[in-house]
Amino acid sequence: MPRSLRERLFMLSIGSFLLLYILWPLGGLFLRADWSLVASASHDGEVLSALWRSIWTAAAATGVIALFGTPLAYFLARQSFRGKSILEAIIDVPIMIPHTVAGIAVLMAFSPKAPAGALLTSMGFSPVNSNLGVILACMFVSIPFYVDAARDAFYSVSPRTEKVARTLGASFPHVFFRISLPLARKGLISGLIMSWARGVSEFGAIVIIAYHPMVAPTLIYDRFATFGLKYSTPVAVQLILVCLGMFVVLRILAAGKRKEDAEI
Amino acid sequence: MIELENLSVNLRTFRLESLSLRIAPGEFFMIVGPSGAGKTILLESIAGLRSLAGGRVRIRGIDVTPLPPERRNVALVYQEYALFPHMNVERNIRWGLRFAALPDDAHVHRLVDLLKLKPLLGRSPETLSGGEQQRVALARALAVKPSVLLLDEPLSALDPSFREELRDYLAEINRGGMTLVMVSHDFGEVLSLGNRVAVISDGVLQQVGDVRSVFRAPANRSVAEFVGMKNLFPASIRGTAAVTEGGATLLLGKAAASGERLLGIRPEDVVIGAEHPGDCRNAFQGKVVSIVPRGMAFEVIMRTDSGMRITAQVLSSALLSGGVAVGGDYWASFSPDSVHVL
Repeated sequence: MPRSLRERLFMLSIGSFLLLYILWPLGGLFLRADWSLVASASHDGEVLSALWRSIWTAAAATGVIALFGTPLAYFLARQSFRGKSILEAIIDVPIMIPHTVAGIAVLMAFSPKAPAGALLTSMGFSPVNSNLGVILACMFVSIPFYVDAARDAFYSVSPRTEKVARTLGASFPHVFFRISLPLARKGLISGLIMSWARGVSEFGAIVIIAYHPMVAPTLIYDRFATFGLKYSTPVAVQLILVCLGMFVVLRILAAGKRKEDAEI
Repeated sequence: MIELENLSVNLRTFRLESLSLRIAPGEFFMIVGPSGAGKTILLESIAGLRSLAGGRVRIRGIDVTPLPPERRNVALVYQEYALFPHMNVERNIRWGLRFAALPDDAHVHRLVDLLKLKPLLGRSPETLSGGEQQRVALARALAVKPSVLLLDEPLSALDPSFREELRDYLAEINRGGMTLVMVSHDFGEVLSLGNRVAVISDGVLQQVGDVRSVFRAPANRSVAEFVGMKNLFPASIRGTAAVTEGGATLLLGKAAASGERLLGIRPEDVVIGAEHPGDCRNAFQGKVVSIVPRGMAFEVIMRTDSGMRITAQVLSSALLSGGVAVGGDYWASFSPDSVHVL
């Protein structure tokens, strides 16, 4: 066996503890689940609607984040200025605070008594106990996952490539859409996936602002609290299967040429 | 063609100070200086990629200072090529044409022929060698028919064989009438390609002039050191004689203004020999303290009895046949004409 491979396998043997730490509990969930209940859960209207709600609200939140987060990430990648690290820390705040606290903060900001909430309510959109509330909570917790990934993706695009494109006659928007975005594509997609995945798995923040209509994590908690472990596990298994399936498909689509990178 | 008037750039860690230059149409103009001197920033300022703290840029008589890069008709080629990795060679070359008022296909075909790119058109940039990538970058820049081509150390990252080939292409493009402004840190490159040269260090223009005259007669110590004039002696001058701090008297080729000045002698102009050269009027005896290989030649460093440290460049063959060795006593000599007063 070549020495370099031996050295890498040694590192893997240490690191595999963490892989096991992820796979062991999840594997247990699958092994111990009552599959007849899992099968019946897949016909349960409440389960299906919660799953679907989790998927589309997280996607909607990610869409809004991408719309505003992409220009912000580009700015952070290209401009150095005093206080930049403070701005970056602010973006990461949602990772650090407990999600229930995030939920309370979002609820207070968008309650009908607060200006933003009052405005939305007057327009006929209720932010509390609604799909909109779920989206608002998802957005708050997912922002750092997209913005950080997008910023790193733009960092990896050489500013000189953009500069050359400008001298060839292209305006800034043209260079951004034809050069910067396509070159940052892999990192941006990865950020979108992470942001979406964070939204799908969110419970703490959502449950504060919108217990109903239920998303999958809320339903799992609800079944656990009402009926116990046996009846919450099938929904959990369903959620894992759906999310894992989408996650794997998106990863494969986004992976592109990762194999070549590893050769170095 | 290009006029820079009191150009100033103010970055947080670097300043380009009130720089004025004129570059004539069709000129092959070189910008040299140590790394961190501000050469790339100067090129990017001409291209409109840097915001100026002051001054003006005129191209073909038009004040382009307020214009964005895409409206200056100035193309830029970087050392690391900066090709678009998500497009093949052909799409790279043709990328700028979509913005041209009158895209000239025949011109692009001529460029592809001139730079021998036909077999590469379908390839992805990452599969090309450095020399090939730089040829593609050149073709891409020239395809938009710029009025000036700016080159930021385009040869530095290349293997020597590619470097020579690309040097020939650049000379050919210049012969076709294109104005080229090229940043370099290699004086050999400057001598073989450039008409005129500007030397910059620490963001300040030190000297502008004909390449050979800057090489022979640098204006100050920083230019002298940069162009490889290794023998620099402070001396007091009286007419055609100069007395160094150690008391050695050097004869000058022509009379210079009296006073405390810096003398410069190129190492190629110094001859090392075992005997007194006889007719040569500047000859000093001393010991060889070290011999350093420098490619095809050697640098022989001598300390003279009068305390001067003289560096001579000696061809390998001459060194071997002359039998110069460290520790031996020799004569260093040079003609009065090769003593430059800075």
